Amino acid sequence: MMQMSNKTELVRASLAKRYAREKRFRFWGLASIVLSLTFLAILLTTIFMQGWPAFTQTYMKLDVNLSAEALGVDAHAPQDKLRAASYDTVVLNALTTRFPGITERKQKMALKKLVSSSAAYDLQKMVMANPKLIGTQQTVWVMADDDIDTYFKGNIDRTQPEADRRIKDFQLVWLDDLEAKNEIERRFNLPFFTSGDSREPEQAGILSALMGSFYTMLVTMTLAFPIGVAAAIYLEEFAPKNNTLVDFIEVNINNLAAVPSIVFGLLGLAVFIQFFGVPRSTPLVGGLVLTLITLPTIIIASRAALKSVPPSIRQAAYGMGASRVQTVFHHTLPLAMPGILTGTIIGMAHALGETAPLLMIGMVAFIVDIPQGITDPAAILPVQIYLWSDSPERAFTEKTSAAIIVLLFFLVMMNLLAVLLRKRFERRW
Amino acid sequence: MNTLALTNNTMTLPTSKDPSAANSKDQAVDIQAIVEELKHATQPVGVPFLDDPKFYTRDVDVFYNQAKQAIFGVDLDIGKNEVIAMIGPSGCGKSTFLRCLNRMNDTIDGCKVTGQLLLDGEDIYAKEQDPVLLRARVGMVFQKPNPFPKSIYDNVAYGPRIHGLTANRSELDDIVEDSLKKAGLFNEVKDRLQAPGTGLSGGQQQRLCIARAIAVSPEVILMDEPTSALDPIATATIEELIDELRQSFTICIVTHSMQQAARISQRTAYFHLGYLVEVNKTNTVFTNPQHRLTENYITGRFG
Repeated sequence: MMQMSNKTELVRASLAKRYAREKRFRFWGLASIVLSLTFLAILLTTIFMQGWPAFTQTYMKLDVNLSAEALGVDAHAPQDKLRAASYDTVVLNALTTRFPGITERKQKMALKKLVSSSAAYDLQKMVMANPKLIGTQQTVWVMADDDIDTYFKGNIDRTQPEADRRIKDFQLVWLDDLEAKNEIERRFNLPFFTSGDSREPEQAGILSALMGSFYTMLVTMTLAFPIGVAAAIYLEEFAPKNNTLVDFIEVNINNLAAVPSIVFGLLGLAVFIQFFGVPRSTPLVGGLVLTLITLPTIIIASRAALKSVPPSIRQAAYGMGASRVQTVFHHTLPLAMPGILTGTIIGMAHALGETAPLLMIGMVAFIVDIPQGITDPAAILPVQIYLWSDSPERAFTEKTSAAIIVLLFFLVMMNLLAVLLRKRFERRW
Repeated sequence: MNTLALTNNTMTLPTSKDPSAANSKDQAVDIQAIVEELKHATQPVGVPFLDDPKFYTRDVDVFYNQAKQAIFGVDLDIGKNEVIAMIGPSGCGKSTFLRCLNRMNDTIDGCKVTGQLLLDGEDIYAKEQDPVLLRARVGMVFQKPNPFPKSIYDNVAYGPRIHGLTANRSELDDIVEDSLKKAGLFNEVKDRLQAPGTGLSGGQQQRLCIARAIAVSPEVILMDEPTSALDPIATATIEELIDELRQSFTICIVTHSMQQAARISQRTAYFHLGYLVEVNKTNTVFTNPQHRLTENYITGRFG
């Protein structure tokens, strides 16, 4: 028999060790959380700092003379003539009137490039809507060129030697003059949300990518949710247990969840595009590929949710004489719904951010038009980010970050939806 | 240290020739010898058979995953409008046997039932017998109250709804009210029929489950330890209820409590390690058991 006091001593000695271990464990846990939060904060701050300016755009005041001579058409011309009128000349005339006496060819070129090429389109739209404007003098605000925009956002250092700058000294004189006379304004960049991609950074917008992502997600959602949930229900409730084939399928589903997504892209290319002839670059084929990627996630999450429904509920239903299908659809599935929805939305959020497989199926194309359906060529948000990050113009840097902000916004929204749905459907038993 | 490790083994059965249990040998029963005996017995001791029974079962064997046999050759008749209690120590197969009677064992993978089980002369394991129809005739109440996470009304109305027993809403209302009244719950919940059934107390939940079971007017109600999770007051209520329900239904109840069996049943069946040992009038079983095992069990030598 052990001495009682001796035992107490031994336990006490071991206590100090045990508590020290617990303390160390808690410290490391806390440290890792702080570390990851710091990195997250740094990441988000950087993205917001870089992306925020992209939500505004520099506009320039322009006094345009919409004379019939310069345009080459009069007010009574038909629409197609009005469309083809030379609005470029009008813009150039306005600029030369504003900064007279420029003769050097290089400076002339630079003068023309003060405003975005969209200025002419804006005038065209204005005149076509109201041909009576021909022959009048108008004051319009037009988008400045991306270099000018970049300068006014403070991203070009005027103390640098001239040769290293994209804005030369003579341009700086013009810009200072414009600023002094309040002919420069920073406005909310609405075109960023209403137009498609463009080679000109100041005209590049995110709408076509947003719509592309929307249609792709629509296809993914309509396919992956019912198929995934049905597969999960079958495997969990109907498939024979301890069956080699079923076990094989289970193992494969779990493995598919870990397959690199680019492999699914190649599969989509080979099967959907080459074999079935689905049009490339479209949300349809993108959605099909993302469905394959999302399915394992949805199936695994749904099975876990179904499994967590207490067996007593199933027993009660069977005991009442409910058939298997009635048991599943009246009791098991409604109770598992919160978990299923959470899993689905997490899978969808994953799919929304997926890039690599879509490069394989041609969704990396330069798409200006806003897609009108699932069979129109489209880009999607992450691919748009990839494309912009690859572009040489300085102004695309902020666009890239702005697109990331938009993507993050939608991801956060989706996660919020997952939380709300879970709260809404959660039931106690 | 060794002296500390010595626990009170004296209360367990001497299933092996463990010397530590030797001092209890004079009191204990040699189980293995008796099981050998049971294997060769052709029918249970007592009065297992009746004229015109509700359930007629002969030679029922139940296997789990082929390897493990849970029930060995049970022969038992269950009479109409009687309460039959099935007692026995844990793992004796009483619940398994009960679940054979409405084919709830079908829902367990790898469970196989052989032998003859007739309900009113109809083979309930016949190919053409539909378990859904069978369970509409043979209702069940479980150990743990398991109301659906729906309203009280929907819980009781569930059976009639899925079986299509009612033509309109008012008929359904009548059935729900009637079932709740029979289960002795109506007065407590009549003002909150739309409240969730899971919000009731344990005893109320169990009575709700009974109301749910009787809403489809079954012929038999199987109860698997219906009061083991309840307090004494709720237990008493349910026991009274069982006695009333006997007028309209046949009730088979599995219970851990011998006293409960004695209070509520007309006949008692004693199971042991998968064998049905003795069946008789409850009074006889408890006052004059004919088998050594039964006697040892009801006198508390083991259990």
